Amino acid sequence: MRNRRWVISVLLYFAFCSTIEAFKFHKTQQTERISGSAGDVLEDDPFGRLKVFVYELPSKYNKKILQKDPRCLNHMFAAEIFMHRFLMSSPVRTLNPEEADWFYTPVYTTCDLTPNGLPLPFKSPRIMRSAIQLISSNWPYWNRTEGADHFFIVPHDFGACFHYLEEKAIERGILRLLQRATLVQTFGQRYHVCLKGGSIIIPPYAPPQKMQSHLIPPTTPRSIFVYFRGLFYDVGNDPEGGYYARGARASVWENFKDNPLFDISTEHPTTYYEDMQRAIFCLCPLGWAPWSPRLVEAVVFGCIPVIIADDIVLPFADAIPWEDIGVFVAEKDVPKLDTILTSIPIEEILRKQRLLANPSMKQAMLFPQPSQPWDAFHQILNGLARKLPHGNGVFLRAGEKILNWTAGPVGDLKPW
Amino acid sequence: MKHLTALQQQGRRSTSYRSSAPSPLDATVDGAIKSPATIFWLIVHGLCCLISLLLGFRFSRLLFFLLLSTSPSSSPTTTVYTALQTTLPSSSAAKPPPDSNISGGAAAGSRVVVGRHGILIRPWPHPDPAEVMKAHGIIERVQAEQRSQYGVKNHRTVIAVTPTYVRTFQTLHLTGVMHSLMNVPYDLIWIVVEAGPTTNETASLISKSGLKTIHIGFDAKIPLLWDDRHKLESRMRFHALREIREKRLDGIVVFADDSNMHSLELFDEIQNVKWVGAFSIGIIAQYSGDSEEGEYTIVQREDNSEKKPSRLPIQGPVCNSSNHFVGWHAFDKAAFVERSARYVGDRAVVLPREVEWAGFVLNSRLVWEEEMDKPVWAKEWEEVAREVEEVESPLALLKDGSVVEPLGGCGRKVLLWWLRVEARADSKFPPRWIIDPPLEITVPAKRTPWPDAPPELPSSSEKVVTIPEITERRPTKNGSKRKRSSRSKKKQRAKVIDEHVSTQNSRDN
Repeated sequence: MRNRRWVISVLLYFAFCSTIEAFKFHKTQQTERISGSAGDVLEDDPFGRLKVFVYELPSKYNKKILQKDPRCLNHMFAAEIFMHRFLMSSPVRTLNPEEADWFYTPVYTTCDLTPNGLPLPFKSPRIMRSAIQLISSNWPYWNRTEGADHFFIVPHDFGACFHYLEEKAIERGILRLLQRATLVQTFGQRYHVCLKGGSIIIPPYAPPQKMQSHLIPPTTPRSIFVYFRGLFYDVGNDPEGGYYARGARASVWENFKDNPLFDISTEHPTTYYEDMQRAIFCLCPLGWAPWSPRLVEAVVFGCIPVIIADDIVLPFADAIPWEDIGVFVAEKDVPKLDTILTSIPIEEILRKQRLLANPSMKQAMLFPQPSQPWDAFHQILNGLARKLPHGNGVFLRAGEKILNWTAGPVGDLKPW
Repeated sequence: MKHLTALQQQGRRSTSYRSSAPSPLDATVDGAIKSPATIFWLIVHGLCCLISLLLGFRFSRLLFFLLLSTSPSSSPTTTVYTALQTTLPSSSAAKPPPDSNISGGAAAGSRVVVGRHGILIRPWPHPDPAEVMKAHGIIERVQAEQRSQYGVKNHRTVIAVTPTYVRTFQTLHLTGVMHSLMNVPYDLIWIVVEAGPTTNETASLISKSGLKTIHIGFDAKIPLLWDDRHKLESRMRFHALREIREKRLDGIVVFADDSNMHSLELFDEIQNVKWVGAFSIGIIAQYSGDSEEGEYTIVQREDNSEKKPSRLPIQGPVCNSSNHFVGWHAFDKAAFVERSARYVGDRAVVLPREVEWAGFVLNSRLVWEEEMDKPVWAKEWEEVAREVEEVESPLALLKDGSVVEPLGGCGRKVLLWWLRVEARADSKFPPRWIIDPPLEITVPAKRTPWPDAPPELPSSSEKVVTIPEITERRPTKNGSKRKRSSRSKKKQRAKVIDEHVSTQNSRDN
């Protein structure tokens, strides 16, 4: 009797599971499962795989900065603020630092805005330094690893190099104090000083509600071949051309401005989001920095991103197979862009559209409030969880010191 | 990424100066000891500045480009603009920018270099027709995929029924319908019913469409009065339904009259019909400068009355708030009746009847014989065929008018525009609109090709009263026109004759 009951219950359980599977299969009929180099990890659940301890910093590092300028919540660097809020109320947060795998320091370094809304990075190294000094003196966890199990969110143009000019950023290099910590940043370019090994690349913040409110019915036929809106020449900062975007955007303009397949211009139409949903390819060329919110918008609206930025590292590159989803064009191949795009076999294009239609792909690029399953917050936690367990070099032996607290430009050493 | 402009430009200017002149300038910028070399370079710089001021562009840049262009340039496709826009070649081979030297932290193997790059332009920066064709192929395929994924599944054949006859405007109207039908993305069968025997004229016109057509004749002559013509058209459509019944054609029947305008959304929307559907049609009856434009008030009450006239020029189904079909919206003809056209070719507005065939679609199985699934409210064919004179709309095929399915957002979307425009019944036109033999010298206007009096109408007492007014007006109008035209023709006759002669000659050659 008992055996029979057990068998029946097992059968019922399997039947239940299979119906769920069937439902999932039906959902993915028009889409394809996404699996990157780390495997099928987009839909992993981080809860239970890691614990994060959030340091209690005085409000001058976070709340007061935000109060001074609430525009920080809407610009493309807002990920640092929303990640803090997410972690404060997330189940991965632990109040016991002894059991934490990762430590998070909530300091908003990208919130000092000009009247135009652009962040000034001049004080950011000092703010970061001051925060690290605080946590190293008030808690023992920084010193035992010199920051190797700490992570910081630095969404500025060139990450922890804290400058918007590429040459200056390369000159400064990554803040010395952060050389052992894990950086969560939007900037990613291979062989670049400002990209540390082991960093987690995240998408820039794009407002999810605004994008949702501009959705059009999916039966609207995609009739634009290539779409782009933005600057080609930055006349204010680069009057002669060739410096901005390494001349790639200017090359796109000069080669394709009278090509009817290319809907490109510098206008700011109100139907920008709707137009993207009517386009097959959306150009995502580099600007002053290689990353841009265009990638997020293209993915959300199902437009295949054409990425023109040499050596760029895209968000969550180990979870998302960007090579299969987007089209990568070398900057020197820009004059042949039309040939490249029309010679992609049609099955490839349809496959890319199917991958983009996968809802978990779109979710992974967004920072919705409140948080939803498999959104960018979860992908960051998944990325952190994939780096566990910490290796041997993380915990220092007694008396061992690696960081040089006085390294770096003299101006950074001033207290904040 | 935008930067502060003022602060930025200063900074950028200093770096670009640094990159254009060799490194000893660093010494001057840092304010070090003034050696003769630095003074020399200062003087050179000053000279370059003055020359640039005179010429209007950065002279030193051009100089260095020319000096250094002897070293192999890495990108063969770099182009040189006019003097005003010289660009340096990719700065990898010629001289690496001093900044990366200074930085020292530049990682080894970095393939991307900071600094000024060339703007690569191909030799012929214009669209290539082969690429454009390929791109259009891609767009079509993507759209077909979209349709198959998000659009209507299991689409059914569309059967379009068009009554027509040979007259001046036939080519005009039929071409319009033909092009609409050619753009329908579904399988289509076009049944063209022609009054009088089938003619080659109509046949050659519809064969240009490339669609599957069934051309049947109907043994009657189109009458002159609009009322009679409407009735005959109903019988012709019924004849087409008989054809569908005999051939057992499967699909959705659309009544595409030849002078109507169809929206392509119509064909997508009718795929949703189960048995009988109705949608809103717009009536174009407000032309020739009448007033009351844009003053339509919506007078729709939610009771079960059969016909509710209102001033909107729409005929269609009406739903209540829970999207159930409750009644019909008919076009209020009261404003137009005095001025409406009575015979074909009359210059006044042609009004539709209360219910037009064009606003309905049927599932063709409704008229099949021995169809098992036919619903109970469908009348038997023989019953309807007996009273074929009374058939005014597809509603005659139903016992119960309330089973009609409202389409197009419950009648909120207008998917078709109804219009009747015809030339005079006796107007002449070249057959198939081909001019054969070629034009010759025209006859002076005194002798018009058609008679001055209006055509013979079947008489009744009322009509006799109205006609004489029109006939009186007409001769004077024509007369004045004639005089004017003959006067002008006399002046230009010589010219006209010459032109015609020359064209004839050229054609002969």
